[in-house]
Amino acid sequence: MQDLNELRDSINSIKEEIVNGVKEVRNSKALYEFKKTFLDSKAGKINALMKEMKNIPNELKAEFGKNVNELKNWAGVKFDELDASMKEAEAKQRYEDEKIDITMPAVKCSCGKLHPVTLVKNQLIDIFASMGFDVYEGTEIENDYYNFTALNTPQDHPARDMQDTFYLSPQFLLRTQTSSGQIHVMENRKPPIKILSPGKVFRSDDDATHSPMFTQMEGLVVDKGITLRDLKGMLEVMVKRIFGEGTTTRLRPSYFPFTEPSVEVDVSCFECGGTGCRLCKGTGWIEVLGAGIVNKKVLENCNIDSNEYSGLAFGVGVERLAMLKYGINNIKLLYESDLRVLEQLDE
Amino acid sequence: MLVPISWLKDYVDIDVTVDELEKRLFDCGFEVEEKYEVGKDISKVVVGLVEECEPIPETHLHVCKVNVGTGENLQICCGADNVCTGKKFPVALEGATVYATAKDHVTIEGVMTIKKGKLRGYESFGMLCSGTELGVSEDMYPGAGYNGLLELPADAETGADVKTILGLDDYIFDISITANRPDCQSIFGIAREVAAILEKPLKEPNLSYTENGRAKEGFKVTVEAQDLCPRYIGHYVSDVKIGESPAWMKRRLALVGLKAISNIVDITNYILKELGQPMHAFDEDFLEGNAINVRRAKDGEKIVTLDEKEFTLNPSNLVICDGVKPVALAGIMGGLNSEIRDTTAGVVFEAAKFARDNIRKSSRALGQGSDSSARFTKGVDEYTTVMAMKRALHLVEELGCGKVSSTHVEVSSGNSIEPKEMKASLNKVNGVLGVDVPKADVERILKNLNFNPVINGDEITIQIPAYREDMEDYPDIAEEVIRMYGYDNVTCTFLETAKVTAGGLNTHQKAELKLKRALCTTGASEGMHYSFFSPTDLDLLRLPEDASERKTIRILNPINEDLSAMRTTLAPQMIRAMARNQKRGRMSGRIYEIGNRFIPKELPLTDYPKELSTLCVGVFGNNETFFTLKGIAEVVAESLCISFKYAAPEPKIPYLHPYQSAEILDAATGERVGYLGKVIYEIQDELDAREAMFVMEIDLSLLEKYYGNVTKFEPIPKFADESRDLALVMNRSVTCGEVEDAIKEACKYVKKVTLFDVYEGKQIADDKKSMAFTILFVPQEEEFTAEAVDGYVKKILKNLKNKLEIELRQ
Repeated sequence: MQDLNELRDSINSIKEEIVNGVKEVRNSKALYEFKKTFLDSKAGKINALMKEMKNIPNELKAEFGKNVNELKNWAGVKFDELDASMKEAEAKQRYEDEKIDITMPAVKCSCGKLHPVTLVKNQLIDIFASMGFDVYEGTEIENDYYNFTALNTPQDHPARDMQDTFYLSPQFLLRTQTSSGQIHVMENRKPPIKILSPGKVFRSDDDATHSPMFTQMEGLVVDKGITLRDLKGMLEVMVKRIFGEGTTTRLRPSYFPFTEPSVEVDVSCFECGGTGCRLCKGTGWIEVLGAGIVNKKVLENCNIDSNEYSGLAFGVGVERLAMLKYGINNIKLLYESDLRVLEQLDE
Repeated sequence: MLVPISWLKDYVDIDVTVDELEKRLFDCGFEVEEKYEVGKDISKVVVGLVEECEPIPETHLHVCKVNVGTGENLQICCGADNVCTGKKFPVALEGATVYATAKDHVTIEGVMTIKKGKLRGYESFGMLCSGTELGVSEDMYPGAGYNGLLELPADAETGADVKTILGLDDYIFDISITANRPDCQSIFGIAREVAAILEKPLKEPNLSYTENGRAKEGFKVTVEAQDLCPRYIGHYVSDVKIGESPAWMKRRLALVGLKAISNIVDITNYILKELGQPMHAFDEDFLEGNAINVRRAKDGEKIVTLDEKEFTLNPSNLVICDGVKPVALAGIMGGLNSEIRDTTAGVVFEAAKFARDNIRKSSRALGQGSDSSARFTKGVDEYTTVMAMKRALHLVEELGCGKVSSTHVEVSSGNSIEPKEMKASLNKVNGVLGVDVPKADVERILKNLNFNPVINGDEITIQIPAYREDMEDYPDIAEEVIRMYGYDNVTCTFLETAKVTAGGLNTHQKAELKLKRALCTTGASEGMHYSFFSPTDLDLLRLPEDASERKTIRILNPINEDLSAMRTTLAPQMIRAMARNQKRGRMSGRIYEIGNRFIPKELPLTDYPKELSTLCVGVFGNNETFFTLKGIAEVVAESLCISFKYAAPEPKIPYLHPYQSAEILDAATGERVGYLGKVIYEIQDELDAREAMFVMEIDLSLLEKYYGNVTKFEPIPKFADESRDLALVMNRSVTCGEVEDAIKEACKYVKKVTLFDVYEGKQIADDKKSMAFTILFVPQEEEFTAEAVDGYVKKILKNLKNKLEIELRQ
């Protein structure tokens, strides 16, 4: 390049090329490619023009540079404007293209569920762990002494008829109650004791409302000065947490060989609030568990001084709580591993 | 236990409503499980006097004019053969409810409402009723059993409600009695409680009699087995006249569900219900040797009981014998050979206490029971035994069915039937409750319960009646006081005196819960199956006869065979659950269970068996493969911060696909901890399961040592890692695991080897396959150079070639 006229021609032809060229450009990607043919630092036509500087006489260099820079700025602005409007349109189009029917079914991530019995067991453990209880799990197969004799139910005791027992040998049986755990714990620990003992228990009972296996949760506190009022207070905390703050408890006399006095604990019906409905059979109360003050003979069987210490104990049917809480209508559903049942309930 | 309110009223004045009585009993520990109104289905039936009665020609019917006390006679058509003028019958008025009977007029088919009707052109405004139509049997009201109209007494007031006359306004409570209160297993026993609850005096049944009968000379009672029979009373009654019992007694027996038989037998049944003492009456003519002997049966000795069943006995059974042979199965049932006949002229009444455990065991072992054995099993007290004999003799006199003799033989092991004194501290009693029951209330309550309390400062002294065998210590007093004082007075406190303790799950329990949650993230839901299964479940698994799983602990008294063996594997129940889900329309899914397997050390059990915590996972459906289940195994390993290795099972597992099954090994020790695989098609077919099923069992008891393991933090490497992809060609028998091992052992910087492609086909030789791996190298000391990594790859390739004849794919 020799003079400025030639330069102006080049500039004009580039400008013309750009103005015409962009008319053909349909999208931002093509624009980018087109832009590169002018403004690429290596191969761009405008940059190539700048490289001509070295061939320009010194006195014209300033003027030359000014002209090329103006061209460069002009092109830059031109391309940026175009790019912005194109991208905006493209984005709009993309969103429109990606329009979906949001009422179509969800794609679920399928996490499995814990068993309803585990759910309730965990809730109970949480409640009592916060009161300082730890958890002792005994064995399902137990011997006669721990299941009966140590719990003040000697051989000829009528209470043996209260629970139909599965025997495995003359001395071994399937435990009929998690209360057997009490003895193991009290034999090995000194008060203060606060334990929960959850586990499977077995009774020879199989009909619409009874399962030969079910889950029980035994609770035991042994310390100084434990009374029936403590039992009621503690259980009231439990039922409020499980069935709601408005729930209250009622004690009524009952009998278990390992507690004296023994009580049944009813909760005010959480379905109707106590006015009477189908769930509570019109009574306003639902029986949920058995409890009592630990029989002093049981303490003595474990070498705990009943003059110094007293205890309270309760045993709750976990399935029963689960059925009440979740409205499950048939206990057998809990042992069939029917996924339609198992996948329904969550923590 | 059934308690008719009308009967209860013999012993205590009840001045509260039936509902109120029910509530008061409930509050004191006696739940009324059912409350029946005897005539609950009968309404608007009154006494009617038939004043005119004309036959309707050519029928068996009569048209009657009946006075029902309204001043206007009702026209009623009647088909009964005993309708006649001048007599009184029950009249069901328009709108009345009575029982509808079948054509036989005997079978009740439901309840009907009486409407105005027309018979052969004669209008009828009601119905004259039979006993059956009112639900009244002959035993409940004399004449009610007649298949025709029930004739009412001439002095019945015309227009009066018949329910009162027929006792249909009575209520029966079915009360549940807790096992500590056998003394309440009778109507009189309940009366004692009701008297205490209502604070009314208790009226004892009449026990008086005079001995004016002929003595039974030389009659002897021996109790050889005194351990099983602490008290035996025999009393002879002469001049017996067997006949029907009076209406009042028959009615009462009917109300509690017993059929009247004859006066002597009815007396024993009446006393069983009234006082709770089972009694028996022997026909004197059948007692050989003029003696009774209570002893254990001899081995092989036989008896035929009243219901004509024969039993072969052994020394664990107690029998009542005469001088020669057994005449009764003690406490359970009399012998056919000494049954009361119509011609019986002398009887020996028996009232005894038998050990409840022995009666229970005998009754169960022989499969023979009765109201008496049920009662003995709950426990009978000797105070009542003595009382019952007096009552029986009184009733003999009252019914005039015999003469009470002076032949009374009582053999006792010396237990007192006098009240027993007990002292306790009032503070201790209140200490159990946490409630300060006022001294006056304690005194009043204990007095009402016949404990004759004396309170002196802190000391309570009570006299425990002999029938209250449950009263042993101060907590029993506390219970008596609070159940009468009211549990409403027990207000809440929250362990105010208890020490603070640290609670929560232990490491083991936490690890198990963590594992369960991890399994849930794989999409598996937790199931629960019984701890026992059917021995045939082991046949389902095709386990050989000598398989260790077949050594099961058996339940001696199972509900049925299907629930008779303690499980030694969790697999069969899981497989059945998967098949069951498919039958119910769920064609895919994932289930897991954590439960115990029971492995005996020896059989029969003489020691606790091993209870091994075990995980079982089942996956089924057409999207599941061996590898999806293997993925769940890896989640288990990860949850415990360990790793597993897998090997072909040796020997093969009979219920799993021979080539899609593996043993799971603890990588750290090489110990076998479980297995997984595809359930064989034969089992799938047997259970009608459409989709493939896979099952895995892992013995968690072997992994417990890792519970609570935590992963240690590994610092992020300072230097960039490198990875290389290698496509390798090898013999088809070479396994992925072998290749991975050979790659790892050739270079210490190999951190991970990941298979990403397997190919068999035209592009390579027929007997070869290609596997492609990504190998991740992690530098330790310094930055890798490309040359260095190339060098490691060369070393790896060399090792693969030497060991497994593997070539790089070209």
